[in-house]
Parts: sequence; structure tokens; C-alpha cells
Amino acid sequence: MAELLRIENLHVAFPTDDGLVRAVDGVSLSLNEGETVAIVGESGSGKTVTGLSVMGLHKKGSAQLSGSIHLEVGDSSLDIVTATDEEIRLVRGRAVAMIFQDPMSSLHPYYRIGNQLAEGYLVHNPGKKKEALKRAIEMLDLVGIAEPDQRAHEYPHQFSGGMRQRVMIAMALMNSPRVLIADEPTTALDVTVQAQILILLASLQKEFNMGILLITHDLGVVAQVADKVSVMYGGRIVEQGSADDVFYKPTAPYTLGLLKSVPRISTHGSDRLKAIPGQPPSLINLPIGCAFAPRCEYTSYAAGDICLTDRPELLGVRPTHLSRCHVAEATRDRLFVEELKEVR
Amino acid sequence: MRNFLIRRIFFAIITLLVVSAVVFSIFSILPFDPAALTCGQRCTDQIIEGNRIKLGFDKPLYMQYFLFLSGIFFGRSYGTGSAAFSCPAPSFGYSFNENACVTDLLREALPVTISLALGALTLWLIVGVSLGIIAARFKNKWPDRVSSIFVLLGISLPTFVTGLALLIWVTIKWKLVPLSLVGYTPLLENPFKFFQYFILPWITLAIAYAALYTRFTRAAVLETLGEDYIRTARAKGVKERTVLFKHTMRAVFAPIITLAGLDFSVLIGGAIITETIFNLPGLGRLTLRSVFEFDLPVVLATTIVAASVVIVMNLIVDMLYAVLDPRVRI
Repeated sequence: MAELLRIENLHVAFPTDDGLVRAVDGVSLSLNEGETVAIVGESGSGKTVTGLSVMGLHKKGSAQLSGSIHLEVGDSSLDIVTATDEEIRLVRGRAVAMIFQDPMSSLHPYYRIGNQLAEGYLVHNPGKKKEALKRAIEMLDLVGIAEPDQRAHEYPHQFSGGMRQRVMIAMALMNSPRVLIADEPTTALDVTVQAQILILLASLQKEFNMGILLITHDLGVVAQVADKVSVMYGGRIVEQGSADDVFYKPTAPYTLGLLKSVPRISTHGSDRLKAIPGQPPSLINLPIGCAFAPRCEYTSYAAGDICLTDRPELLGVRPTHLSRCHVAEATRDRLFVEELKEVR
Repeated sequence: MRNFLIRRIFFAIITLLVVSAVVFSIFSILPFDPAALTCGQRCTDQIIEGNRIKLGFDKPLYMQYFLFLSGIFFGRSYGTGSAAFSCPAPSFGYSFNENACVTDLLREALPVTISLALGALTLWLIVGVSLGIIAARFKNKWPDRVSSIFVLLGISLPTFVTGLALLIWVTIKWKLVPLSLVGYTPLLENPFKFFQYFILPWITLAIAYAALYTRFTRAAVLETLGEDYIRTARAKGVKERTVLFKHTMRAVFAPIITLAGLDFSVLIGGAIITETIFNLPGLGRLTLRSVFEFDLPVVLATTIVAASVVIVMNLIVDMLYAVLDPRVRI
């Protein structure tokens, strides 16, 4: 399996009047062809910023990037962090494409669907207007839109939410990109439509042998489609591993908290939803120690005040399973097993 | 679309009837005798009463109003015998102060005002929208700051200051444009003279409006640039220039057209200050004169013309909006 995308030690910071917002703080991950890598985390954890960085969509001057983002482009690779605007523009939509959270506002209200799709092709294949329109209709057909040649003449407001997300997917696939970044692709949709979109994405992934970087806060979605998972908190990855590892043998307290807070149709109707207490940290003033420490119930199991004074490293529990926690691994294993029984 | 038009035209007629009736009643309430205003100081009661009958001021108010309305469609004649005269349809009455049919006065004034408004509109749209785009594109950089100085000056300087300043410096001191008191030349008769005649009034009006449009365009462009669909366009690999001039401007265009239509219609009602400063025989000056002289038929006519233009422009703007924005269907 060829590697399509490798993010190494990515830092993204936004200078504001209140101080430097460190939205992404040392993220590393890789994506192979045919693979789905999920980035999970709550709002403000830096997952969308990571996705936008790969597209080079941060405004010049308003974002400070360091580290590297190696994207496979044909036979070579391009580092998005150091590439010029024009180099990035040429890979956008061609080598890497992105679908966004809100299909309602992500399509231009004044242009016909067919033209909006065709534009993505025309940008990278100038002058081939006929081909572009033909391909637009093919793609609409591929994503399951009935009567695509007629619907291509319609405007976005004539489509339902699920149909618009299909259009967004069709648009992303116009140039058969190798990497697809899906930023909360199902969040704005009904549950029944969510499933359809996920199935569609999975089948298209097979057909195009794409690598998908799935950004979501929905653990249910992750469990269905992800091969590898990175859990983010406060701009950092706190746990990284295969989907099985992260779901069945979580080793970071935050991951455990996320799993516990998934609502269940429980047999005990009186059970309260187990939310993680407290608020996510401000990205301007991250705690000196572990970013999750103020909300963590396991800090007392670590040596002294280390959780509040030292930042934990992302260390391997196994070679492919990393997590960030000061509490001894054996202690965590013992404590988490009990908790996980409740979750299962 | 047809139903929309029928409905709107119906309401337009009602509105115009109400507007004319209100103006009509206001003047009847005022403590002036319109018949007495028709002749000078050495007037005898006999002449006044004669004029009263001649102009129909002896009839009850509703009858006067009815005669006024019927005059618009069928024309109107006054007096009898050798002293009789008539104003053909569409007649808005007879101005005793000017000794002319009101329609003829309008016919002379309207082209001047329309030329003034159209030229100014073109100028301020070009300047205002371009400056707005530049200011948005270089937000918080020097072009934005320079344009914000222009906006501040344009908005805070009244037209009688900019107009007089232009007149003093450009015409009198630097003699770049001749001080023309000869009067209005139609565009087709002598384009050069036409432009010479209007250039300073255009600039005067355009400065004030361009400032507003710069601010409006800048805000609209910045807001649109933050839209999700603009991010989508960038994600497709669209060039930044295309993002700005195609995707963004397409969305900004519709509200600018709306605003321009409404501002234009107000100007047709008469740019009183500008017309006065530059001695333009337009609708604004006609209105001003008729108000001061209590020339009721002219006031009534200019009010109705102004109201009609506003109503018609509103209709056109609404229809244009439906063309520009596919989400709006009428």
C-alpha cells in the first residue's frame, strides 16, 4: 500500500489580539491508499484545522504553519507547508479534495450544479468544457442522483440536504483525487441519510482506491468506516492506533471518556448520560502539564503532581498504538478494564 | 410572473392615487387662496374671481381632484371664448406663475434630471464598486486605509460643499471647465458640450454616493469571501482572481443592483442641492421653485412623477433580483 499523505509534527497557530491560538500542536499521521484514517475530537480540538492545512486553505498571514505535510502528487511528493500558493492551487481538487460539513452553504447559490461541478474539472483541464460537463453528469450519476443530465441544470436550493452532500462528493471526485478529506460529512444530515452517505463514500473509496481522511466527532461513524484513528484534544493527538485498538483497548483517559459519553439505548432507563466534566481548554493558554488533566479523573494515580506540571509524550503502548498519559500503563489497564465493561 | 406584474401594477396605481390625493388635500388645507396667487399685487377681486372660475378653483375639492385626474388621460381646457387655452393629455394642470402647461415644464426638466442621475449613477457605480473591491481585497493594508479616508470625506462632506468647491476651483480658478450659463444641450446635439455641462454635477453627486457604495461593496465582498461556498471554490483549485471576480462578485452584484435602483429613483425626484448649485433646470429646481411660489399644479406633478419613478424602479429592481438570484421566483 502506497503512502498518499504524511503529516509530520504539524503546528498551526493563529495570532489574535488575545494571544497566539495554537490550534494544532505537533500532529503526525499518515494515510495510505484505500485506507480511512479518522481524526476524532470535540469542537476546537484542531481536527478541522488539520484538514484545512492539508488543502492549504489557511489564509496567508493569518496562520503560522510549521512541520511538514507530504502529499503524493503523481510520482513525486509536495510539501504543502513550504509550497507556493500556485503549487498548492494546482493540487487542490486534483490530488487532494475536500468535502465540507455543511452541504447547505458549501454550494454557490447562484450557479447551476452542473457548472459548479464542471468548473472543478475545467480548472485543471482548461478549455475542455464539453468533457467537463459530461464528466459532471457522470459523477452525479455515480453518487446516486437520478436523472443527472436534468438535475445538472438545477440550482443548489432545488436539492435536499442529502442530495447536496452527494453533489459535494461528486464535485470532490471530478478529477479522481487520491486523497479525500471529509470534514464531518454527515454531521448536518439525518441519521438515515448519514448511513447512505457513508456507504456511498466507502464504495467510491474502493472504486477510486482513495485514501480518506475522515474528520468527525461522531464515534459511531468512526467505528463503521475507519481503519486507523487519531484522537485529538487541545490541538494534540492523545491517542493513535488502529480502530480496533482505540475502540476496544483505549489507553488515554480522554478516549475512554469519549467512549463512555456515547449515548446508548440502555436497559436502565434512568441512567444519566456520562459527560466528561468541565470544558475543553483555551488554545491560547494551554495548561503547562497534560491538557486534559483539569478534567481527568485519573490524575491521582500518576506520580505526584506530574499531570499538572509536565506534558505527557505520545508513547507507544504497542508499536502501532500510541497514547499520551502519565499514569503507568499497568494501572491504566487495570482501571480501564472495569470502566470498559460498563461501556460494552 | 404575470400575476406578480398584475398585482404590482394594481398596487402601484393605488399608491399613486393616495399620494396625489394627499398632496392635493395638503394644499387645500393651507391658508392660501390659489386664485389670489395667480396675479400680482395690483389685483382686483374681479380678476381673482375670474381666474378662480377659469382654473376650476371654484369647484368643490373632490371635483377639482377628479378634473385633475381626467386631465392626465384626456387633457384639459381652461376658460371660454378668445381667452380659452388648453393643455393636451397628459395634462398635469396649468401653471399660472410660468404661464405654461405643467406637462411642458416637466418635459423640459426631466431630460436634465435624468441625464444628471444616469451620469452620476454610472460614475459612482464604477468608482464605488471598484474601490470597495480593492479595499476588501487589501483589507487593513494601505489601499484599504486610503479608501476609508475617501469614504469618510465623501460621506461627511455635503454636496453643497463639494459642489461649490468644484465650481470655485475647477471652473473659476483653474478654468478647466467653462462656466456655462447658456443652458442644457442634449447629448445627441453636441456630446462634448453635454459632458462639459454635466461633468461637475456628476462628480458632485457621485462623490457622496461612491463613498456609500465603497463601504457597502467592501462589507459585502468581505462577508461573501467568508462564505462556505467560496471555500469550496478555493478547494476546487479555482484561481484567487476568479474566486474574487466570479464567485464573490456574482453574489455581491444582486444587492448592489438593488441599492443602485432605489438610489437612482430617489435622484430622479430631483437632486435639489446639486441642481441649484450648478443652475441645472431639472426637476429638483422646478420642485423647489414651485414650493416657494405655491405653484400647486407643479408641486403636485413633480411629486407624482417622483413617486411613480420610485414605484416603477422598485418593480424593476424586484424583477431584476429574480433574474439575478435563482432562489427568488416571482
